[in-house]
Amino acid sequence: MEPLGGEHRSGSEGEQEPSSPSRSDLSVEPRAERVERSPDNSLPSGAAGNTRPAIEIRDLTISYRDQPVLWDVDLEVPPGVLMAVVGPNGAGKTTLIKSILGLIRPAAGEVLINGGPYQEHRKEIAYVPQRGSVDWDFPTSVLDVVMMGLYAQIGWFRRPSARHRAAALDALAHTGMADFAGRQISQLSGGQQQRVFLSRALVQGASIYIMDEPFQGVDATTERTIVDLLQTLRANGNTVVVVHHDLQTVPEYFDWALLLNVRRIAAGPVTAVFTEENLRATYGGRVPWSHNRTDQSFVSDRSDPSGQTPG
Amino acid sequence: MTHIRLEIQLIALVTAIACALPGAFLMLRRISMLSDAISHAVLPGIVIAFFFTGNLNSPLLILAAAASGIITAALIELLSRTRRVGQDAAIGLVFPSLFSIGVILIARYASDVHLDVDAVLLGELAFAPFDRIVLGGTDIGPRALWVTGTILAINVSFVLVFFKELKLSTFDPALAATLGFSPVLLHYLLMAVVSVTAVGAFDAVGSVLVVAFIIGPPAAAFLLTDRLSMLLVLSAGIGACAAVGGYWLAFLLDASIAGSMASCVGLLFLLSLTFAPRHGMVAAARHRKLQRRQFTRQMLLVHLLHHEGSPEEEIECRCDHLCEHLRWDSRTSSRVIRSALHDHLIEQNGEKLLLTRAGRSTAREALSGTVPAGSLV
Amino acid sequence: MLAVQASGSFIGLDFTLRTVALGAAVLGVVSGTLGSWAVLRGRSLLGDAISHAALPGIAIAFLLTGQRTPLTLAIGAGASGWLGAMLILGITDRSRVPHDAALGLVLSVFFGVGMVLLTFIQRLPSGTQAGLDTFLFGQAAALLPREVIMMLILGAAAILATVVFWKEFKLLSFDPEFGRSIGLPMRRLDFFLTSLLVVAIVIGLQAVGVVLMSAILVAPAAAARQWSNRLEVIAPLAAVFGAGAGVTGALLSASLPHTPTGPTIVLCAGGIMLVSLFFAPGRGLVANAIRMRRVRRGLRDLGLLEDLFTLARKHADPLHPHRTAVLRAMTSTPETVSPGLRHLEQRGWARRTGPDSWGLTPGGWEAALTRFGPNGDQQPGRNPA
Repeated sequence: MEPLGGEHRSGSEGEQEPSSPSRSDLSVEPRAERVERSPDNSLPSGAAGNTRPAIEIRDLTISYRDQPVLWDVDLEVPPGVLMAVVGPNGAGKTTLIKSILGLIRPAAGEVLINGGPYQEHRKEIAYVPQRGSVDWDFPTSVLDVVMMGLYAQIGWFRRPSARHRAAALDALAHTGMADFAGRQISQLSGGQQQRVFLSRALVQGASIYIMDEPFQGVDATTERTIVDLLQTLRANGNTVVVVHHDLQTVPEYFDWALLLNVRRIAAGPVTAVFTEENLRATYGGRVPWSHNRTDQSFVSDRSDPSGQTPG
Repeated sequence: MTHIRLEIQLIALVTAIACALPGAFLMLRRISMLSDAISHAVLPGIVIAFFFTGNLNSPLLILAAAASGIITAALIELLSRTRRVGQDAAIGLVFPSLFSIGVILIARYASDVHLDVDAVLLGELAFAPFDRIVLGGTDIGPRALWVTGTILAINVSFVLVFFKELKLSTFDPALAATLGFSPVLLHYLLMAVVSVTAVGAFDAVGSVLVVAFIIGPPAAAFLLTDRLSMLLVLSAGIGACAAVGGYWLAFLLDASIAGSMASCVGLLFLLSLTFAPRHGMVAAARHRKLQRRQFTRQMLLVHLLHHEGSPEEEIECRCDHLCEHLRWDSRTSSRVIRSALHDHLIEQNGEKLLLTRAGRSTAREALSGTVPAGSLV
Repeated sequence: MLAVQASGSFIGLDFTLRTVALGAAVLGVVSGTLGSWAVLRGRSLLGDAISHAALPGIAIAFLLTGQRTPLTLAIGAGASGWLGAMLILGITDRSRVPHDAALGLVLSVFFGVGMVLLTFIQRLPSGTQAGLDTFLFGQAAALLPREVIMMLILGAAAILATVVFWKEFKLLSFDPEFGRSIGLPMRRLDFFLTSLLVVAIVIGLQAVGVVLMSAILVAPAAAARQWSNRLEVIAPLAAVFGAGAGVTGALLSASLPHTPTGPTIVLCAGGIMLVSLFFAPGRGLVANAIRMRRVRRGLRDLGLLEDLFTLARKHADPLHPHRTAVLRAMTSTPETVSPGLRHLEQRGWARRTGPDSWGLTPGGWEAALTRFGPNGDQQPGRNPA
């Protein structure tokens, strides 16, 4: 497990040019240890060597009824990055990922997955919805929920076989939930629910993972497990896109970021785009740092020598 | 004979208005289906009270029915509080059971008297004027008119007296509680009003059509206004129209009066759903079309602004690119470009489109208008 | 299958009653199965609306064909019930009218239209509305063999469909958006499942009628939910409950004078629900109350142990006995002290030293140490023994 301390160092050493554009620059940083994280063969591996963007969004505009939620967004997510989508409430974060998943029809623009339309590359993409979007009192077991990730592969008229069950158990093992396979889902804690959802995505064996606030309301252990898992996924060459709320942990957990507020404010390596200026542009001047953390120093160390924490 | 027709219409009218008032609050509180439950579940109350009084016209029947209405609401609340079943399932469990008890009681012990389940369910408005109250030798009108009139008076005064409290506890029960109004007490008061209304209306239009009068007019009015007081007035008006219109429809078709009135409620709702000025289907479609036109123009301007001065400007701002990337067909794009050119928002330079000063500021406005400034996570 | 078994055990009954019991069993099995989905999806009242909305269809089918063959009427009922369901979903989706208001509106308006049409039928020269008003309350007692055969065929088809699309329906009910993301046609599945619900209602209308149909859908499913946390158990169990309520109700109403079948079946189903609500293991209210009591008692005992521990720490000899009155004074619930002490004694943590004095045992001292720490300031539970 990665020591947390390394990240604090990375914050203070991050005095370097905030505009380091290429990923190779990242490898000289302590954070690059994560890039070197040994791939886990039992987890799905993506095509990191591929030069095609994993997700390409062109001129995407989406409106709910008459209100535009996303304005002319362009975005290229290179394969093998772990990207945070950051922005205030109502910034269109969830809308963006739902449009990547083909759940929302855009008013204009298009989304390409691994160079093609969503319909052709559906199997390469896995989705972890918000935990609160389902009824956890539904009478089903943990293993059943995870196997739902395989329903499209299993196909019509067929029942899950022993092979599918084994795959689901394997996915549960990766989130530390193997012992809960037979458990009824209403008996899970919030963090365990989130890990079940994560397992359901893992079992799909996709190369792109889209997650809507996986850290929302989970315990510290789960947060750690999820972060480790995301980083292993990334090390295996998969692309991971996460809607994230806690700005403090963005530099620690992610290597790529999209700052979004109806339009794209900035996107690229965290070191390049996660600047106070961009954050102010995203949040309209007031940056919501969470105050319950001790390491409030990231942005102020880096780009505001006076040490004032925006708040 | 015209006298009787008039009286039937009057009874229906009064009933419709009496139903619409509490109905509006039920709809806003998302508990409309409680009216369905209550209007069915008052049956055992009526039957049991009848066993005691032996008189179908006793006012005790109304009280007993109202009591069983409140008990129904309480049972549903109790059942869904156990968190073992959802609220909708609780409704679906309680009222059929109570109604069944009522039906069995009638069938077993009261089959020889005039307490017909069909009548409870369907009402017998046509006969209502023949049951008259004679006081000291003078005929003072049909009993049903007095009953429904009293109920209307109760409902109107309930709404007038508790308007503020009802409004607050409907839209913000938590605030209402902190201000000292008990939302629970108000809820049960409302349930009592609904019960009394259901029982009174029953005689006239039957239990299923009480539901039509309680739910239909407020639903139709909800599409016409955003103000609570207006909602109440419009609900009452729509209910009244349905009552009178339904009567004449029944007269023309020589069909069930109650059924015709319910059909009229449906018709008025359909009219409202289609033609309501802001929330109706037609208005919404027209509004969408207008918005889409405005929106496509904004999209064009924002797109141009976005790529202004950028290296890819040469490609991004060409007419043919717009068709491809903004997913417009050539007709849409040429129409948008033409209208924007006409309003001097853009200029054309060969194949390339350029923003004018006015166009640029319009694009910025469009962007800033949608950015929730300074909203916090 | 179940229905066949059920009929087998009624060989001794006369033919009519056997038909009725078989019909009621089929009705219960199908409603229980389809009702499970409706209840789990929070659509319990949709069945009520659909069954009311079926009335005009029945009348129109009769007016158009002049027949009251079960199939004609069933097709009419199904068509207008389906239309009603789609209207409800459409109004909810496309306008600001709340879902429950849309339900009630469609329910009562369709029913009203049905009544208007029924008055036309009454006036027909062919005379009576011949059994059409049985659709209001149903007439299970008058079920004919050909009607039961139709119920059997329709019901078998509906159940087969749920079995075939089981996993898709499960996903639809649990997480439809995820289902869409993996490419399953959730909207079409929703239409399909709703249509199967319509079929179940059509089957039941003849027997229990428009007004009470919803209870046969909801009660067995809600009852079965209390007994299991597995959909794979709940749905079959709901079918068994439904069949049980159907057969019991039909037999009861046949053996008691002046007792209509539909309401009797509904009351049987309601009774099963009540029993389940209270006495099911796990979710049942009684089991829950016992569990809560045990937890409360455990906490109370722990509090008493802590009080004893507090007293003991002040003494040189930790096992020194103390008077019950002191312990009573230390708690806000003095009446629980005596039974609590006896519990501690049973666990070997406390011992009676005199008629009115108690002390910790060495085991009790250890237990308290591990729970509350040497200074008594740890939270129990943070450091479980």
